[in-house]
Amino acid sequence: MDLERIHSIVATDCGSTTTKAILIERGEDGFRLRVRGEAPTTVEAPAEDVTQGVRNALAEVGELAGRPLLDGEGQLIKPDDGQKGIDLYLSTSSAGGGLQMMVAGVVAKMSAESAQRAALGAGAVVMEVLAANDKRPSHQKIELIRQLRPDMVLLSGGVDGGVQKQVVELAQLFAAADPRPRLGHNYRLPLIFAGNKEVRPQIEEILASKVDLEIVDNLRPTLEEENLQPARLKIQNQFLEHVMAHAPGYPRLMEMVDAPIMPTPAAVGAIMERIAQERGINIMGVDIGGATTDVFSVFQGRFNRSVSANYGMSYSISNVLADAGPAAVKRWLALDVDEALMRNTIKNKMIRPTSIPYLPEDLEVEQALCREALRLSFAQHELLAGELQGVQRQSEIGAIFNQQRRRSLIDPLALDMLIGSGGVLSHAPKRWQTALMLLDSYQPWGITQLAVDSIFMMPQLGVLAQILPQAATQVFERDCLIELGTCVAPFFVPGRPGKWGQPLCRLRWAGREVELKVGEMMVIPLECGRQLEVELEPIRTADVGRGAGVKCKTLLRGGVVGVIVDGRGRNPFLWPAEGPQRLGSMRTWQRVMAGEVERG
Amino acid sequence: MASAYVPGLKVSSALELHIERRLPLEGEIAVQVGEEVSWDTVVARTFLPGAVELVNVAARLGIEPAEVEGALLKRVGEPIKKGEALAQTKGWWGWGKRTLVSPLEGVVESYSAVSGSLIVRGPQRPVELKAYAPGKVERLLDREGVVIASRAAYVQGIFGIGGETAGELLLFTPDPRGEMAVTSLGPQHRDKILVGGALVSCEFLRRAAQLGVKGIVCGGISDTELAAFLGYDLGVAITGSEKLGLSLVITEGFGAMPMAYRTFQLLKRYAGRWVSLSGATQIRAGVIRPEVIIPLGDGEFKRSRESQAPLSGLQVGSAARLIRQPHFGALAQVVELPLEPQPIPTGAKVRVAVVELEGGGRLTLPRANLELIEA
Repeated sequence: MDLERIHSIVATDCGSTTTKAILIERGEDGFRLRVRGEAPTTVEAPAEDVTQGVRNALAEVGELAGRPLLDGEGQLIKPDDGQKGIDLYLSTSSAGGGLQMMVAGVVAKMSAESAQRAALGAGAVVMEVLAANDKRPSHQKIELIRQLRPDMVLLSGGVDGGVQKQVVELAQLFAAADPRPRLGHNYRLPLIFAGNKEVRPQIEEILASKVDLEIVDNLRPTLEEENLQPARLKIQNQFLEHVMAHAPGYPRLMEMVDAPIMPTPAAVGAIMERIAQERGINIMGVDIGGATTDVFSVFQGRFNRSVSANYGMSYSISNVLADAGPAAVKRWLALDVDEALMRNTIKNKMIRPTSIPYLPEDLEVEQALCREALRLSFAQHELLAGELQGVQRQSEIGAIFNQQRRRSLIDPLALDMLIGSGGVLSHAPKRWQTALMLLDSYQPWGITQLAVDSIFMMPQLGVLAQILPQAATQVFERDCLIELGTCVAPFFVPGRPGKWGQPLCRLRWAGREVELKVGEMMVIPLECGRQLEVELEPIRTADVGRGAGVKCKTLLRGGVVGVIVDGRGRNPFLWPAEGPQRLGSMRTWQRVMAGEVERG
Repeated sequence: MASAYVPGLKVSSALELHIERRLPLEGEIAVQVGEEVSWDTVVARTFLPGAVELVNVAARLGIEPAEVEGALLKRVGEPIKKGEALAQTKGWWGWGKRTLVSPLEGVVESYSAVSGSLIVRGPQRPVELKAYAPGKVERLLDREGVVIASRAAYVQGIFGIGGETAGELLLFTPDPRGEMAVTSLGPQHRDKILVGGALVSCEFLRRAAQLGVKGIVCGGISDTELAAFLGYDLGVAITGSEKLGLSLVITEGFGAMPMAYRTFQLLKRYAGRWVSLSGATQIRAGVIRPEVIIPLGDGEFKRSRESQAPLSGLQVGSAARLIRQPHFGALAQVVELPLEPQPIPTGAKVRVAVVELEGGGRLTLPRANLELIEA
């Protein structure tokens, strides 16, 4: 295929409920999004053929664009002749629950965690992590393997030349469980072994007759080294060859596309990595769906992804309440809501997941839950995105692992850009609400840009980045990303938290000077694409990223909200006193963000 | 999207059901195509693999994995009883021998000289699959189960707990707005399926379970009462495996919610009948809703079928239920479907429908907050 001659591209993302299609066209100024269409996904009965939903979405795109993309028999018209058809068709998929994996390793915080990172990075939902040292009895583990029916298993454990016994024991557990794949009855469960290379013969002996065994390089060849790429590539390869090939209609979809279908989260990760690399910045992205929340980060060039499988805004909304607790949700409300009523409202959303808030108070409850879902998901991500653990030493009774307390790679001060995605963020009635939800849940330190994916097209751009990276970047920057603005959040030096109402930071810009107090927020309107030089002078016990009390001049980027100065404190975040003061502060912060008052 | 409304729960006076009954593993089918089955007819059976125990012989006997083979008293494939010697160390001139006994009855399945562990598998467990609802076997699913065709009146709930059960349907409250009062419960309700109105409490559910009530169908339940009955706060709506002594079907939602008049009337009409009920709910891809199946005779089915209105999508004149505040649960008729998205009080612009409430008054609401009342 001559990539230079490509003028039009269609990319679909087959989600669990909706198949989203975008049409991208090359114009004089490069590639731009032309239209977007969607249709219900048709993986489940009665259709049980994913291509029906794809064709419906493509038909809608064709209608909106005013040119047919499908012929009379529903086949894609290729190439684009200027009047009809397209040049390139790509797709991602998370339909039918996406790629569901089980991972196992010898030590929960070492090889099992590395296996988890490999699976997540390949776009999987990790259903269960088994570890030889996780204290569950073997019969319970076997029962779990049997019941969960994953699409694939990643088995790791032992550095090369390290422990063998526990790795072999894990293999014995899988053999005893005789696991069966989720989809289809006529093929064997793919199991990838990425552990100690010295036990490969034993692994083959135990597992070769029970599963479809693939062996790749050890993902933890030494304690100090993590080598995830071979396992990730094998997972994606197996996903296409086994899982997709047995999902309803996917063999046909695989014939339609011009490049391999990617798992949706892997595609989102790919575009995030690319943007971080191109701009040389640290990025965090979050995609909050109905059932799950995905968090992606690229810090110092290292990519990490986590999936909080039971935090979401519809199917899993009750789980957010159960894990966060009603008090944590209520603290974000500017209204005094009866707890029993709030609980019923949340449960009703869970059982009727497609309903939307009509009353402002209903919206506020949902957005409060979103903050907690994001906060919990960020916390899980931080746990996973850490430096490698484990220093091995020998003793008379064998290998003992001295687990060191590790540092997370996620540094709120080093974060340059926070990107939000998913219905509750992308479709919030007001963009300032999106900005405030991101700020409240992640609470970035220092100076951070905030952005939102306008219509959630990162998956399609991620798969496009594999074929035409330049086109993906152009569309991402022009049509996908909506810049909300830049947040300035002074943080306290350790052990010296400020007091509510005391001065925190002085700001000077364009001949104006303002003193921001602890507990105040402020918005300086500044349009997208514009920059403003601001002088920041924090008090002696506060910092904006250049050192405690250090005055600095910095260029801040605008956005649809503007420059947001968050004086609520970090390290720690200071809450107003519970009761009327908290309710009043919440209302004031909302008014500031909405542009009704400049600060307060 | 054109279908921005919620299709709605099925409440039908006559429905041809095709009930798929599947074994957890392949097994043998106990019925034939065309055979009439009752709710408790066994239609298929299989054996689940026995419990498995991984026995770390090396660690338990304090020997090296390589020495385990010499210590084994049972070989792979040999049966063993619980407490029977599985391995024994040689000791020192016959002294200080250490013996390891089997933790369960079964067969020695495998052994590894690297890990020094072996696997003992317990005996298989038989599983019988019942028909659940009466009907005729329509199709066999190649060693996995059957499809049963059943003619019935049908009520789909919005949420439930507990598994499949069957019993006689009994009207517990006289109207759909009533609360299920625990003081009215008595031994006469044993084995019955009780139909209530707007609200059921934890106290009622506990007492009913004690009395041996098999199932409850009610309009609403408060979340705090549900949590108290379950003993935990339900996070994800995947239910059906609870062992609480009874099954529950909620038809409207959380809070005090009068049962939809049509649902109540349908259940009232069939009071005294033997019905099948399941509380199993799964609100994810591949949705499962709780249900009440009321089997009908051929003549009865035909009469009810003829009086049924045909199915249609959301259109002017459609009957719908409001599934979000304000007026949650109210019934309404669609009077206008504007094409362009319109602003709602939250500030969002969405596709809307103008509805006339049953009790009077007009509202403009998101289409997503309307649930069609299906025939």
